[in-house]
Amino acid sequence: MNRTTIDLWVGIFVALGLGAIVFLSLKVGNLATFKSDEGYHLDARFDNIGGLKVRAPVKSAGVVVGRVEKIRLDPKTYEAIATLRIEPTYQFTKDTIASILTSGLLGEQYLGLEPGGDTATLKDGDRIAKTQSAVVLEKLLGQFMFGKAAEGGDKK
Amino acid sequence: MNDIARMLRRLGGGVIDAVWRLGYASRFIAMVLAASGMAFRRFSLTMRELYFAGVLSLVIISVSGLFVGMVLALQGFETLQNFGAAEAVGVLVATSLVKELGPVVAGLLFASRAGSAMTAEIGLMKTTEQLSAMEMMAVNPLARVVAPRFWAGVISMPLLAAIFSVMGVFGGWLVAVKLLGVDNGTFWSQMQAQIDFRLGIVNGIIKSFVFGAAITAIAVYEGYDAPPTAEGVASATTRTVVESALAVLALDFVLTVFMFRGTGL
Amino acid sequence: MISPPAASDLVTLRDVKFGYGARTVLRDINLTVPRGKVVAIMGGSGCGKTTILRLIGGQLRPKSGEVLVAGRPVAKLNAEDLFRMRRRMGMLFQFGALFTDMTAFDNVAFPLREHTSLPEDIIHDLVILKLQAVGLRGAAGLRPAELSGGMARRVALARAVALDPMLIMYDEPFAGLDPISLSIIGDLIRRLNDALGATSVVVTHDIIESLKIVDYVYFVSEGRVIAQGTPAELKVSDVPYVRQFVDGETDGPVPFHYPAASYRSELMAEIDE
Repeated sequence: MNRTTIDLWVGIFVALGLGAIVFLSLKVGNLATFKSDEGYHLDARFDNIGGLKVRAPVKSAGVVVGRVEKIRLDPKTYEAIATLRIEPTYQFTKDTIASILTSGLLGEQYLGLEPGGDTATLKDGDRIAKTQSAVVLEKLLGQFMFGKAAEGGDKK
Repeated sequence: MNDIARMLRRLGGGVIDAVWRLGYASRFIAMVLAASGMAFRRFSLTMRELYFAGVLSLVIISVSGLFVGMVLALQGFETLQNFGAAEAVGVLVATSLVKELGPVVAGLLFASRAGSAMTAEIGLMKTTEQLSAMEMMAVNPLARVVAPRFWAGVISMPLLAAIFSVMGVFGGWLVAVKLLGVDNGTFWSQMQAQIDFRLGIVNGIIKSFVFGAAITAIAVYEGYDAPPTAEGVASATTRTVVESALAVLALDFVLTVFMFRGTGL
Repeated sequence: MISPPAASDLVTLRDVKFGYGARTVLRDINLTVPRGKVVAIMGGSGCGKTTILRLIGGQLRPKSGEVLVAGRPVAKLNAEDLFRMRRRMGMLFQFGALFTDMTAFDNVAFPLREHTSLPEDIIHDLVILKLQAVGLRGAAGLRPAELSGGMARRVALARAVALDPMLIMYDEPFAGLDPISLSIIGDLIRRLNDALGATSVVVTHDIIESLKIVDYVYFVSEGRVIAQGTPAELKVSDVPYVRQFVDGETDGPVPFHYPAASYRSELMAEIDE
């Protein structure tokens, strides 16, 4: 086999391979829909974030509008602070409620944003005032059993 | 009593031999890396090996990818349907392929298609004294023969794994959308929403890169180390396939632990 | 104090010992190869003849003793100097060791392309010149698989002399050849040596063919040089080993039987069981 034929085939092979990587990045992955260096930051404080993880999606009305970028614990108040990166095309009102939700019964946890009626919008670095912590199953069960026990006591 | 002593002695000998071989192989790979200059200065040498390792593996990689994707979609659809989440079949297919099956299965195929060929070729060159002749002509066979093959393997593997994954996604799409009637838009949008670029795709590429380096390192070492007989080359070729397969699976576990630890994905 | 090698000697082996692990191959080898001569090293199969060539080429290092080529100790050269020296050596391997993925032309061009930056048209002319010298210009486009054993050996010879070496080494150049190819190779060894002004070392066990062309012969047995001389001297030699070799006797100093326990006791043991 002469050299130009080999070069041609290797060229086709490399082009196919790189094309496949680009296809995976844009069509299969989320590189096209979300650029990690764009957008603005918002902070949200929670008593408990449950199973929320870094890079979990931030959704509003079911649409992905950003990602959780950082999670840390405030050493004074013992609250969890989640830093969100929101895509610049989306603006949220000052009275937006951030809550930690679960997709389906056993699905992954994500952060839901529910805008209110305020006219002013949140800017880069702002804090979301109203938050709703994750529902912790153990606590829920505990409350339920406590309630049942109390009910049973009343009947006696 | 004697039998136990003999068994212990054999076990100890085996362990020492294995450690010695590992050290020898590492030194060999270090020497290949040190002699890699020529593989890039005279790229036509590496080009030829890219043809043999990469281009000639295209067909088996593409066809296998297509079938693996189709089977995944078929199986996934059955199970997901029970939970009323049949449209997530795209996510299932793409996640499995990009993170795991793409690099691993492409690696196993690459080891048996290209790795074994490399071992046989180098082993045969040694048996017929071609490597010796090269040395006597003042040409370092590590630089002229081994390094171009090693780098061609390292370059080929990520490309082959990516092609495998794309063919798999295409196969999954054929079955899910064309055959089972999953909505085309949902198929793609769910996939994009769930698969993270860095965690999924970049890590998949890193994996295939590491596998490529491991497989070709084993292949060229086994070829170069093969006893110069027909039997020696044959068993070296077998060892390449076995050792590569084990290396790919073990490395996959280690890399997965490192990559996805603490991210929850 | 050992005397320095004479300037007229290209290769000198002095008190060379060599072995693989516990197995000793060469016990004590002393020999010299004068410049411009064709010297044969002879001995039975497996007596370490090929090892001597590898010691001269620097592919193996002696356990003790010295190997001098052009006055320099081969075993003490660093990789760069060793490679520089090998560019001035040509070696013909037992079965040619042609690169199977290249044509005859590319095989001969290989050392030229690796070690010179000559333009392709000059390389073409040089290769054709070398192939013409071995009579295979017409086979330039053939692959090693398409060549007969004798032709492959000749192409390999053209490759070995591509860089006009000062020293040409032959490892069993006559093995497995038909009588015509045998004479052609013998003739080529002599002619190339004289035409290039080179020095040749031929390792062989083919006594008849080599006595026709060489200037001097060393006999090696059990790791030692046991006889030496010009072909004329050896034909009338009375050393038993040389006599056995020259006359081709089956038994003599080299026994027909591999060492074993007594024949009788081995047969009786079987009956006893």
